[in-house]
Amino acid sequence: MSARTYRYIGTRPIRHDGLDKVTGRANYGADFTLPGLLQGVVVRSPHAHARIVSIETQAAEAVPGVKAVITGKDIPETSARLALGAEGAFDLHDIGDNLMAHGKALYEGHAVAAVAATSIDAAREAAKLVRVVYEPLEPVMSIERAIAPDAPILHADMVTKGRPLPGTTGPTNIAGRMELKRGDVDQAFAGADVVVEREFRTSTVHQGYIEPHACVARSGEDGQILVWCSTQGGFIARDFCALILGIDAARIKVIPSEIGGGFGGKIPVYLEPVAIVLSHKAGRPVKMVMSRSEVFRASGPTSGTRIRMKLGAKRDGTIVAAQASLWYEAGAYRGSPSGAGAMCCLASYAIPNFFVEAHDVVVNKPKVAAYRAPGSPMATFATESLVDEVARAIGMDPIELRLKNAVAEGDHAPYGPVYGPIGLKQVLEAARAHPHWSAPLGPSQGRGVACGFWFNAGLSSSATVTLNGDGSAGVVTGNPDIGGTRVAQAMMVAEELGIPVERVRPSVADTDTAGYTDLTGGSRVCYATGMAVIRAAQDIAEQLRSRAATIWNVDRDRVAWEPGRPGRVIALDESPDGSVRPPLTIVELASKMAQTGGPIVGRAAVNAPMAGPGFAAHICDLDVDKETGRSTVARYTAIQDVGKAVHPSFVEGQMQGGAAQGIGWALNEEYIYDADGVMENAGFLDYRMPVASDLPMIDTVLVEVANPLHPYGVRGVGEVPIVPPLAAVANAMRDATGVRFTELPLSPSRVLEGLGTIAKG
Amino acid sequence: MRIQVETTLNGEPTTFLCEAHHSLLDVLRNGLGLTGTKEGCSTGDCGACSVLMDGRLVPACLVLAPEAQDRTVITIEGIATSEALHPLQQKFLEHAALQCGVCTPGFIVAAKALLDANPNPSETETRYWLAGNLCRCTGYDKIVRAVLDAAAEMSSGKAAAR
Ligand code: FES
Ligand code: FES
Repeated sequence: MSARTYRYIGTRPIRHDGLDKVTGRANYGADFTLPGLLQGVVVRSPHAHARIVSIETQAAEAVPGVKAVITGKDIPETSARLALGAEGAFDLHDIGDNLMAHGKALYEGHAVAAVAATSIDAAREAAKLVRVVYEPLEPVMSIERAIAPDAPILHADMVTKGRPLPGTTGPTNIAGRMELKRGDVDQAFAGADVVVEREFRTSTVHQGYIEPHACVARSGEDGQILVWCSTQGGFIARDFCALILGIDAARIKVIPSEIGGGFGGKIPVYLEPVAIVLSHKAGRPVKMVMSRSEVFRASGPTSGTRIRMKLGAKRDGTIVAAQASLWYEAGAYRGSPSGAGAMCCLASYAIPNFFVEAHDVVVNKPKVAAYRAPGSPMATFATESLVDEVARAIGMDPIELRLKNAVAEGDHAPYGPVYGPIGLKQVLEAARAHPHWSAPLGPSQGRGVACGFWFNAGLSSSATVTLNGDGSAGVVTGNPDIGGTRVAQAMMVAEELGIPVERVRPSVADTDTAGYTDLTGGSRVCYATGMAVIRAAQDIAEQLRSRAATIWNVDRDRVAWEPGRPGRVIALDESPDGSVRPPLTIVELASKMAQTGGPIVGRAAVNAPMAGPGFAAHICDLDVDKETGRSTVARYTAIQDVGKAVHPSFVEGQMQGGAAQGIGWALNEEYIYDADGVMENAGFLDYRMPVASDLPMIDTVLVEVANPLHPYGVRGVGEVPIVPPLAAVANAMRDATGVRFTELPLSPSRVLEGLGTIAKG
Repeated sequence: MRIQVETTLNGEPTTFLCEAHHSLLDVLRNGLGLTGTKEGCSTGDCGACSVLMDGRLVPACLVLAPEAQDRTVITIEGIATSEALHPLQQKFLEHAALQCGVCTPGFIVAAKALLDANPNPSETETRYWLAGNLCRCTGYDKIVRAVLDAAAEMSSGKAAAR
């Protein structure tokens, strides 16, 4: 596989959808309109935790222009579950209740009603007139409070799934608990030369996509429904709507718009079913767009966490034992990524003895959604901080220590399977060899390194490739393109068929047009949908062989496909008169399509196995101003095993973007709540995401250890890069200041506080 | 009470009606169908709605629509000519400086304002100028490179033309 030489894979063509995006022509979720369009607005709870006593809508309905008002009563309380491949099951009762509260508001911003009117002004005015009587309850805003014996219970029927804590009886806020273990932890710690143990905390953070959630829905008199929306998957949006509203999937067509970022946060539906119900009631299409404040208060985020972790090592650097207790906030409904955190946090190292327990805890915050490598960054922050401590305790270079313990092919992952070819060691060696690692540091600077792991997903994908009469081709898939997947798919068709990338037109299709395809997420599109595209293109090549055989009147196995530029079919034998048959190129065969059997359409559907795991190491230089507590990233390098980079620019872009999000998580980003559980910083001014002047160039090194599950060796790349930065930054902070910070973000006030503790001694 | 506003939009004399409290962004996107200017926050914090008003970079969400009276407004739709992309647009494509692309119109308009004012910005100047534009996908690396490359190309082009 590694011996294969490529014509198009690994090059950097301009993306096909690029022109529309640099000229403002591309249509995102909020850019769509229809004649007779109504504007929908959601009424949201001002309380973090409250019983809904009554809702009066008459005054709202009386506002001129108002065409429909709905409440929780209009969204059925379903109890079905939607199973979605390896990504786990979604509890539809919870999704329905999250869409619109039925009995209780469970977080500030929880939807309680919605209005559709002929203008946004009328809809807003009416929304203010929906009279909701609440009976406020004590908000549960932290894990400590949630698990206290006298804590208010969010869900009266909640029991712990998995392995409940011993002695748990009755309703609880601990929605789930799981354990992972290997070997004998107590004995291993007893035999360790060095033991480090600390407690870590990370804050609730948001995915921060720049495009707010938006959709248009039209429910027709015939019961047929059209939805235009910004989503990470047309099919998952369709299936959510169908199951929640109890209608056939065949009655819903979802047309995914261009999507302005998702990072996991545009997997759930928040507006679409509400817009469908409003449209059904009003008899007109309805558009709904979230404000930025709504995005923060009622979509995303990912879990705030509390993690206690302990590592034991021998003086030679061998890590012999690990113990961890993970507590993740799920928000208002079960489903934090604590389990993934448990599986990821030790995945980089071959540790013979460990015990990890992970808890999923409900609190009165928005229901968490997936966020890039969900669950891994927080737990890995703990691991990689402690690995740094071990290196310091025994006086070993931190990369050396990591190399000594790094997993390799044949090792058991902590979550069970045996690793195939993986690239962590190569990544660490590349990190050590990078000039960044040995560059001198300024007086106020420190350097940190950290590793990260993500499983990467496979799942189901379909693709169709159509050959045109002039030898150009079209490829249709169902994955919204968030970061260059269209061009990558065109490159795969080009590679297989030997036609220029510019002659391949890649399209993202709606749910009526594309074959079923799981969502864009889990770092799976280039891998799994890519596999479907490659097979669909190979299907074309196979058909071209048949066509050539027909033209030459020979047996099909006496002709061969020869990839090349252009791709062509060659005859293996001479013609009866002894002459050599000139090869037939794809362009020639395409032009003869009609005479040789009609259209040539290649199709493939794959259920891709688990993708090849991804590993990364990041190096961060932090400049810390000890007067103000402000820290700036002075230099940053991300090194990652990407399997095979199809379009290196977009692979680098994933690594750079993930690193920037992780840096924001480490340094600035956090949800701030007042005593009543009301979010105080629901806007970009106070929820500080990194801006251009906060960051340096982010250097990237692409290590390519081929993934044997994929014909080109591709492995997912999008998620791993958000995993290492939290600890890479904190380790750099430790290096610069001498203080180990265990709570994120490292905001100036927290840094000053931490430095003060040194002064106090 | 609806107000009639006369303005020059992307070089064309344009008249529109609006309410006094409507933002220029509302009018561009919903009234005039120019949806290239994006809305990320409506509070002046993300730069997705960047437009040029009399050559000055402004967030259209914070400009009241009636303020456009007798002004010239340039949006992303007015950056390219019918013959060619603006060098910034071309460099954004070449450098893969967009992933999801929703921030791109704002960045291109903001970067044009930068290069109009300062044809040879340093990396630091570029980063500070663009600090009002949020991008969540790229980490800014390729955006900054694209802007610096466009600046270099435009000034060498000018030098050659001389
Ligand atoms: S929409 Fe105007 S600055 Fe964000
Ligand atoms: S490319 Fe997605 S926000 Fe910038």
